[in-house]
Amino acid sequence: MPKLNVNGVIREFEAEEDTPLLWVLREQLQLTGTKYGCGIAQCGACTVHVDGQPMRSCVMPVSAFTEDQKIVTIEGLSPDGSHPVQKAWLALDVPQCGYCQTGMIMAAAALLQQNPKPSDADIDAEITNICRCGTYNRVRAAIHEAAGNGAANGSGRRT
Amino acid sequence: MNALAASVSRTAISRRGFIITSSAAFGGLSLGFHIPFGQAAAQSGGMPEINAWVVVKPDDTVVIRIARSEMGQGTLTGLAQLVAEELDCDWSKVTTEYPTPGQNLARNRAWGNFSTGGSRGIRESHDYVRKGGGAARIMLVQAAAQQWNVPASECRAEKSVITHVPSGRKVTYGQVAEAAAKIAPPTDVPLKDPKDWTIAGKPLKRLDTADKLTGKQVYGIDLQLPGMLNAAIRDCPVFGGKVKSFNAASIASRPGVKKVVQVGDSAVAVIADTWWRAKSALDALEIEWDEGPNANVSSASIAEMLKEGLDAREAAVGNRQGDVEMALKSAARTITATYSYPYQNHATMEPMNATAKWTPERCEVWTPTQNGEAALAAAAEAAGLPATQCEVYKIHLGGGFGRRGAVHDWVRQAVLIAKEMPGTPVKLIWSREEDMLHGRYHPVTQCKLTAALDDKGELTGLHMRISGQSILAGIFPQNIRNGLDPVVFQGLNAGGAEAAIGYTIPNLLIDHAMRNPPVPPGFWRGVNLNHNTIYLECFLDEVAHATGKDPLELRRKLMANHPKHLAVLNAVAEKVGWDKPAPQGIYRGLAQCMGFGSYVAACAEVSVAPDGKLKIHRIVAATDPGHAVNPQQIEAQVEGSFVYGLTAALYGECTVANGRIEQENFDTYPMMRIDEMPKVETVIVPSGGFWGGVGEPTIAVAAPAVLNAIFAATGKRIRDLPLKKHDLRQA
Ligand code: FES
Ligand code: FES
Repeated sequence: MPKLNVNGVIREFEAEEDTPLLWVLREQLQLTGTKYGCGIAQCGACTVHVDGQPMRSCVMPVSAFTEDQKIVTIEGLSPDGSHPVQKAWLALDVPQCGYCQTGMIMAAAALLQQNPKPSDADIDAEITNICRCGTYNRVRAAIHEAAGNGAANGSGRRT
Repeated sequence: MNALAASVSRTAISRRGFIITSSAAFGGLSLGFHIPFGQAAAQSGGMPEINAWVVVKPDDTVVIRIARSEMGQGTLTGLAQLVAEELDCDWSKVTTEYPTPGQNLARNRAWGNFSTGGSRGIRESHDYVRKGGGAARIMLVQAAAQQWNVPASECRAEKSVITHVPSGRKVTYGQVAEAAAKIAPPTDVPLKDPKDWTIAGKPLKRLDTADKLTGKQVYGIDLQLPGMLNAAIRDCPVFGGKVKSFNAASIASRPGVKKVVQVGDSAVAVIADTWWRAKSALDALEIEWDEGPNANVSSASIAEMLKEGLDAREAAVGNRQGDVEMALKSAARTITATYSYPYQNHATMEPMNATAKWTPERCEVWTPTQNGEAALAAAAEAAGLPATQCEVYKIHLGGGFGRRGAVHDWVRQAVLIAKEMPGTPVKLIWSREEDMLHGRYHPVTQCKLTAALDDKGELTGLHMRISGQSILAGIFPQNIRNGLDPVVFQGLNAGGAEAAIGYTIPNLLIDHAMRNPPVPPGFWRGVNLNHNTIYLECFLDEVAHATGKDPLELRRKLMANHPKHLAVLNAVAEKVGWDKPAPQGIYRGLAQCMGFGSYVAACAEVSVAPDGKLKIHRIVAATDPGHAVNPQQIEAQVEGSFVYGLTAALYGECTVANGRIEQENFDTYPMMRIDEMPKVETVIVPSGGFWGGVGEPTIAVAAPAVLNAIFAATGKRIRDLPLKKHDLRQA
């Protein structure tokens, strides 16, 4: 049986080779925090980390991965929601419906991993996820907050 | 072409469904026959229900029941704040739960209306939910007083603790809840003056954030039930078309496939162990369609149909003052312009989905819905069972925006599919493509505006002719009276508490020539206010320019009799600094309107580069919702409204070719992203005395404020959206 290393655990699964990683995560491994939004790498709802890189799992066939690659989903970002990005998101009450937010958080965490002090321009370039509820200004503020960039741009307030 | 029939037949709903859901179209009229703070149900061990709204557990946890659906707009938190305020409970111990539509049915609608649309969550239920909280407090205090054998008037409640003031004795809500539940509910429940609020009116954190940060939050699409199967569906892409044939055997042996079924007369579904396998098999299935009467409909044919209405003799009158015909005849000068607005898809991030389990005796549905009662009606009808033998469990929504409220086409499909597998739960998920092709689209309209000016350039008359689609005709045709769809005139009404025009124009005629193309319309966040505000606010800007007037001054003059509209406009003008010039290279545009019971205005600051690239730098937006229940969530709604409204203005357009929608995913239906998001400065100016909605009205001012700013920057007047079709380079 094929295997994946997901959130630090080797998991076996059964799926056709061309099944996107997204659907293996959601349907075989019951990790439904990674969302389906478009299936064509447009929206970012399905963002996971593969060896620390953000990837849109909806267009990656599962056969492209080996168990040597470390896949991290939102469920594995922190054991208890304590990742700095999650904490900033909570502090600024970022989510509305929340559906895009797990992908947004994974994209933001990857950005901060590579660029601990992103500028607004960096955020513009790297955070390309779609949020239909329109949380963008709070997302920006929360990324600055997580980066310790001081008085954040955009809105969102501590309450 | 019988366009109306085509679009209506898709949405045929039961009589019961109509009664329940028709309120979506007429905010505020539908409270009807609920019991304000319904009797407690039979008590279940150790979990005393004080009344329909409030359960207090022995550990002092307060469970507040929320009838409206949370879809991101914050209504769950806001409604809980209102109940908790009157309950005087400890906010840190508040949790929430949804009663089910079946329970509402069984308890004579104890929770009233479940419909969550039209920005009505709070404004339509604030009175009875607060009374629910207040009644529970009175009963808890009474129970404590009885226990102490003292008059209730000597007792005071604060943060879930009741104190007997003279003796200082204390007891918590949890300790007296069981006794309180047995006390007869009070008949008179006085409510607090909002100025004394300590929980409501405060910028409290949402109650539903934590699980959204860890992947724990379960959306409809995530639901897992034991033994569950999954289904993918394809409905005829041509509106009004049918299934002619398909070869089920050709995919029957694909991995995981359990069954291939026709759903109604227009769709085919594959049921498999996983959704991906169901979808893959469906993609491999060839389906022959009978494309029906609409196969030749296109955006061009629809535009022609609407254009004819612009000058048609017959039109339903929505607002008439004075005599426009005379005013136009005697005008020193007239100005005319024609605008249009395209189809939009709601594009909730979570596509439509529902899980259904059917047996000959019972049908259960789990689904994200904006209206659990309408979902129940749709499920019962598809199940062929009385509603009392059905139940709907509301699962968290990944966005709603109006798509998940009035029409439950996906619930009907899910139940029909589940009937093919009696006893087995089946989860139906629409692909994004299915979601794009089978929306309930923002209606299309065109609008011809003609202004009469006197020799001093004063506006003496205005004729505003709207031609186009009626949402009611497509969803609740029973509500059309003598050819008039009253919702069409949203924001243009002569008065009233819902959506009144903010200008006094001595001779005014606003009328509607209904033209219904066979593309099913829906209530799309902001509804008819979206295009009406573009038409009126951009055209007034044209009048200001043509007469050499300042757009703010022109409006102020016409708004003298509309102090609430004017106050929000003035708040915007002051905050943006209208009386001072904008920074070099930046241009401003204004818009204001009233809708969903609230007054809103905005000023956009934009620049347009020589290569035509538009940048929206800053938006200042003011809102007067009467009472502001949670200011930080109002800010979130205002910001979100600009994303929704500006996405539509910049990119949003569903075009029609060969009777079907051409945009199937976000590659051809682009969305605004973070890099285009302007700074938004929200000014909340609650003037009290009324309750307005906040989830929608601001969307309507987003586009016209930006379009007016673009004109200021370039001299280009954009009259048809989206902006992506236009070249903003300076000639
Ligand atoms: S679902 Fe993968 S990018 Fe949209
Ligand atoms: S929070 Fe709803 S789509 Fe982003």
